[in-house]
Amino acid sequence: MFLLAAALLMQPAAEPPVDWDKEFGVEEKVRDPATGELPVDPYVQSNRNAGATPFAGTAMATAFGGQDGIRRIAHRTVELSEADPRIAEIFKAHDMVRLKRTLFEQFCHILNAGCDYSGRDMASSHKDMGVRMRDLNALVENLQAAMREEGIGFAAQNRFLGKLAPMSGDVVTR
Amino acid sequence: MDQPLFRLLAALSLACAATPVAAEEAPLIDGGKLLLTNGVATIEGTSGGGLATWSTIAGRATDRGIGLSGHITLIELPDYGWQSRGVAIGIANRIELSYARQNFDTREVGTALGLGRGYVLNQDIFAAKLRLAGDTVYGNALLPQISVGVEHKRNRDAPVARAVGAAHGSGTDITLSATKLLLSHSVLVNATARLTKANQTGLLGFGTASDDTHRLQFEGSVAYQLSRRAVIGAEFRSKPDNLAIAREDDWWDLFAAYALTDHLTVTAAYVDLGSIATFDQQRGGFLSAQIAF
Ligand code: HEM
Repeated sequence: MFLLAAALLMQPAAEPPVDWDKEFGVEEKVRDPATGELPVDPYVQSNRNAGATPFAGTAMATAFGGQDGIRRIAHRTVELSEADPRIAEIFKAHDMVRLKRTLFEQFCHILNAGCDYSGRDMASSHKDMGVRMRDLNALVENLQAAMREEGIGFAAQNRFLGKLAPMSGDVVTR
Repeated sequence: MDQPLFRLLAALSLACAATPVAAEEAPLIDGGKLLLTNGVATIEGTSGGGLATWSTIAGRATDRGIGLSGHITLIELPDYGWQSRGVAIGIANRIELSYARQNFDTREVGTALGLGRGYVLNQDIFAAKLRLAGDTVYGNALLPQISVGVEHKRNRDAPVARAVGAAHGSGTDITLSATKLLLSHSVLVNATARLTKANQTGLLGFGTASDDTHRLQFEGSVAYQLSRRAVIGAEFRSKPDNLAIAREDDWWDLFAAYALTDHLTVTAAYVDLGSIATFDQQRGGFLSAQIAF
C-alpha cells in the first residue's frame, strides 16, 4: 500500500501539451481565405513558365470546349491522379486547390483559349517530387481519360499531348 | 528555445519534409509503358511493326522494370505457310533480348524442289537490341528513339540452303533503327538500316559462294494512331537478291494492330512478299498475336 502510494506520488505532474511546430520555429501554412490555396515561395511569373508555345488560331480551343471544357479536363486529371494508386502519394503531399487552378491555366494558355499562366515553370514545380517515367505515363493516361470523357477527338488529344511530351525532361527526375 | 541543437533539429525535420515523396514502389514487372509503344513482334522476334524492326524495346516496362512478351505469327501465302513464334525480354526499356523460331512450310513447292512434299525449313533467331538515345514518345520532338541491334540467325536446314547456292547456314544481321511518334500528326515513323547476307531472311541461307558480303537494306514503316488501342500502317522492306537460281523481291505490307487488352495485341496485315524460291506473287494474309507484360 505504501509502495503504491509512493509510485503514484512519483508520477510526473501532467504538463500542458507542447506545440512542437512553435518550439521548432516551423511556420504553419494557412490557406488563403479567398482562394483556399496555400502560399508558395515567391517566383517570377511569366507565360514562358507554361513550357510550350501556344497553338495558333482558335481551332484547338474550340475542339477542347473552350475554357469550360478545359477546366473540367484539368480538374478531372487532378482528381483521377489523386485517386490513382500508382501516383496518389505524389499528389497527396501537395496543394491540389492550387494545382487545379494552375494546371487549368497552363492547358488554357497552351490551347490558346485566352488565359495567362501564373504558375511556376515545370522544372521547379517538379524538382523534389521524384517523378519517374512510369508516373508520367500514369498521368498521361489520366489526362487521356479526362479528354475522352469530354469527347475530345483522338487526333486533337494527340496534338495537345505533343505540346506536353517535350517537357518530360523537366518533370522526370529519377 | 534559441539553442543550436534545436535549430539543427528543426532544419533536419524540414529537410525530411522536403525529400521526394516516392510514388507506390513499382513492381519489377512494372507494365508502365503507354499502350502500343512497345510495338508488335516482327517475324524475326524483335519488336517492331510485323515485317520491319523498330527501335522500340519489347515488353511494357519503363526505365526501371523488366518487360516480357511472346508472340505467334502466321503468314498464309499462295504456295507457303510461314510461322514465327518467339519470346522477348525488355530490360529497363534499354535492352531487348529475343528468340524466335521460324517454320516455313514449302507444301507442294517441296515436291517441285525435290525436298519432299510439305518440307519445312526452320530457323532460330537470337537477337539483342540496345536503345542508344531518345524516346519514341517524349523529349525533343525531333529526336527519335535510336537503337542498334544484332540478329544472329541459325538455319536448321543448312544442307538445303547450300543446295540452293547459299554460302552459309548461319549469319548475323546488324540493324540501326530510328522511331518517333509525331504526336502532332498521330503518326509513327520508323526507318531502319540493316546489314545482312540473309537470303529470304535466312530461310535460304546466307550469302553465295560468289558474293559473300553484307548488303545494306532499308526498312520503313508509317503508322497512323486511330485511338489509344488501334493503329493502321504500311511497311516496306528491301531485300538483297543474292541467289542465282531464285529471284528475291522487296516486301511491303498494310497492317492494322489492336490492343484488345493492355496485355494482348492482335495484328492483321496484307503482305506482298514477292517471289520466293521461284514461286512468284506470294501475297497473302498475316495474323499475329502478342502478349506483353
Ligand atoms: C508533362 C507533364 C506535366 C505537366 C505539363 C505538368 C504541369 C504542372 C503544372 C502546371 C503544375 C503547377 C505549378 C504551380 O502551381 O506553380 C504542376 C505541379 C504539380 N505536378 Fe505536374 N505536370 C506534369 C507531370 C507531372 C507528373 C508526372 C506528376 C506526378 C505523377 C506531377 C505532379 C505534380 C504535383 C504533385 C504538383 C504540385 C506541386 C506543388 O504544389 O508544389 N506532374 N504540374
